[in-house]
Amino acid sequence: MLLDKDRIFTNLYGRHDFRLEAAKQRGAWNSTKELMQFGPEWICDQIKASGLRGRGGAGFPTGLKWTFMPKVVKERPHYLVVNADESEPGTCKDRDIMRHDPHLLIEGCLIASYAMRANKCYIYLRGEYIREREVLEEAIKEAYAAGLVGKNACGSGWDFDIYAHHGAGAYICGEETALLESLEGKKGQPRLKPPFPANAGLYGCPTTVNNVESIAVAPTILRRGAGWFAGFGRPNNTGTKVFCISGHVNRPCNIEEEMSIPLRTLIDEHCGGVRGGWDNLRAIIPGGSSVPMIPKEICDTVLMDFDALRDVKSGLGTAAVIVMDKSTDLIKSIARLAYFYKHESCGQCTPCREGTGWMWRVLERMVKGEAEASEIDTLLDVASQVEGHTICALGDAAAWPIQGLIRHFRQDIEDRIANYRMGRPHVQGVTLTAAE
Amino acid sequence: MSHRRFHHPEEHKPFAFSKESDDLIAWWERKYPSERKASAVIPALWITQKQNAGWLSEPALRVVADRLGMTYIRVYEIATFYTMFNLEPVGKYHFQVCGTTPCQLRGADKLKDFCERKIGPKGHVSGGGKFSWVEVECLGACVNAPMIQINDYYYEDLSIETLEKLVDDFAAGKAPQPGTYVKRQTSAPEGSATSLTDETLFDGSRAKSLATIPNAPKPPEESAAAPVKA
Repeated sequence: MLLDKDRIFTNLYGRHDFRLEAAKQRGAWNSTKELMQFGPEWICDQIKASGLRGRGGAGFPTGLKWTFMPKVVKERPHYLVVNADESEPGTCKDRDIMRHDPHLLIEGCLIASYAMRANKCYIYLRGEYIREREVLEEAIKEAYAAGLVGKNACGSGWDFDIYAHHGAGAYICGEETALLESLEGKKGQPRLKPPFPANAGLYGCPTTVNNVESIAVAPTILRRGAGWFAGFGRPNNTGTKVFCISGHVNRPCNIEEEMSIPLRTLIDEHCGGVRGGWDNLRAIIPGGSSVPMIPKEICDTVLMDFDALRDVKSGLGTAAVIVMDKSTDLIKSIARLAYFYKHESCGQCTPCREGTGWMWRVLERMVKGEAEASEIDTLLDVASQVEGHTICALGDAAAWPIQGLIRHFRQDIEDRIANYRMGRPHVQGVTLTAAE
Repeated sequence: MSHRRFHHPEEHKPFAFSKESDDLIAWWERKYPSERKASAVIPALWITQKQNAGWLSEPALRVVADRLGMTYIRVYEIATFYTMFNLEPVGKYHFQVCGTTPCQLRGADKLKDFCERKIGPKGHVSGGGKFSWVEVECLGACVNAPMIQINDYYYEDLSIETLEKLVDDFAAGKAPQPGTYVKRQTSAPEGSATSLTDETLFDGSRAKSLATIPNAPKPPEESAAAPVKA
């Protein structure tokens, strides 16, 4: 369990003011110039030593990502783009950072930009986060007025401009290259990689795209030391993390906890337990809608980190825990997610554009039981043909929840199909009047 | 993929920017390199939609395209791709009910049924132009489920009762507060706090400048690594 003194987001719930003066009281912008005095390499080394892995879902080591940027700025400027297009179902952590602790994010943007020799940073918010954008714009204005960003930011000698940008309701823009397309004023359709953004990203210039949380924790890591951050969680899964727990718990909430906390402890300590008690639990989606669900037997003991969840064929993703108790119709829940992916597919790759709709339609029939048992295998087959055959990971993300459902709860679907026939003593479409 | 298009573009009225919209778009344009004005297209369309009673008409798209030096088809592409752009008129109070699984688990289906009864079919404007509702995909407020975005802001932790009151208040011309509709602070757990109760976090002790920077390089290296000039 994490102690208050070790929390990075001390205003997660907005109990205090988000503005500059109050943020400084809580430690934001403390000694920023001094943190920058040892140069970009030192910053990258510290972030690497802290073991910070990207908080946007994929878990790529953040410090390493920063070092992919060219070491010298040539004719093309460098950009930092912060991915605040938080749309993964279950996830609402970046929202709290932006509306309640925006100065930690802005300070992080300065330090990260300096570490990758970028003079410009765009924060791409999802379009629906209007209140969050208003707060962030106000905080950016304050930071400019106080000389913390702009020319000679914080007196460090580094010129730094930061801008908030917004989207307009497309989940796919959370994919880094789709986000860059969108920021250039196009449809958000992912690009083929390579070239990777670090070589040719925004406007064809070297660009790094990072999640809000990955950037916002950076200044505190430097201030308190990489060793402090690395002291939480298990090796390779270090640090603190904001978890979002939604669904069938008594008190859903966001909470910053240490990595590798047991899932059960997380729910019992902070969310008042599962509705109706732990034994009423059916399944949990542990990392946002894109990761496969795990049944109660696994939830009993699993730790919340990248490696432990990968070992049980799921993933930490964005650490958005969606809890489902025994009253849940699991097939319906996954069918709704299938509809989500169908709706959000950008339409660029055929397996995803056609596959997501096909999988949704089959699942909707399975919710009612109006299917054949053999179709379960066909569904699995189609899911595996969508997975890995698209430009971006949306195809994978659409396939995994369905694979998770069938892996652990195939019996549910089979029972539903079997029961559909019961009580209907007739051939479909034909009424047996003679029997009366 | 969502399929979206104009249904009766021939009936759309001409459009021109107001002074406020024009200034706002100019402010957005300054955020991007001067040869990259197209970057401002989403904010510009959003501002246009605000001015045009919550939806985008075909003439409005042309005005935005001309303003940003883009071809019409590129702007049309954006307006039909991004789902926050409404291509049909909406009510003065436009309800976007989140229906994705985390909200569904906590009763979004009931809110949808209620909207259907009280406001009418999805996408239909009722109450003399006052109300309309649609179902949308995850709005990113999952720990405050179920929730609805009404025009710009989020109304969270709703029930049939609180939603009914909301609709009545809007109908009566009141402006109900956005945010949560149960007793809790934003995304904190209901009831007693489980974190952030230590007062020393907020007494200013965190603002004292650091005596030493952790893992600072040894002094001889320090002089060699002065901040790089911009």
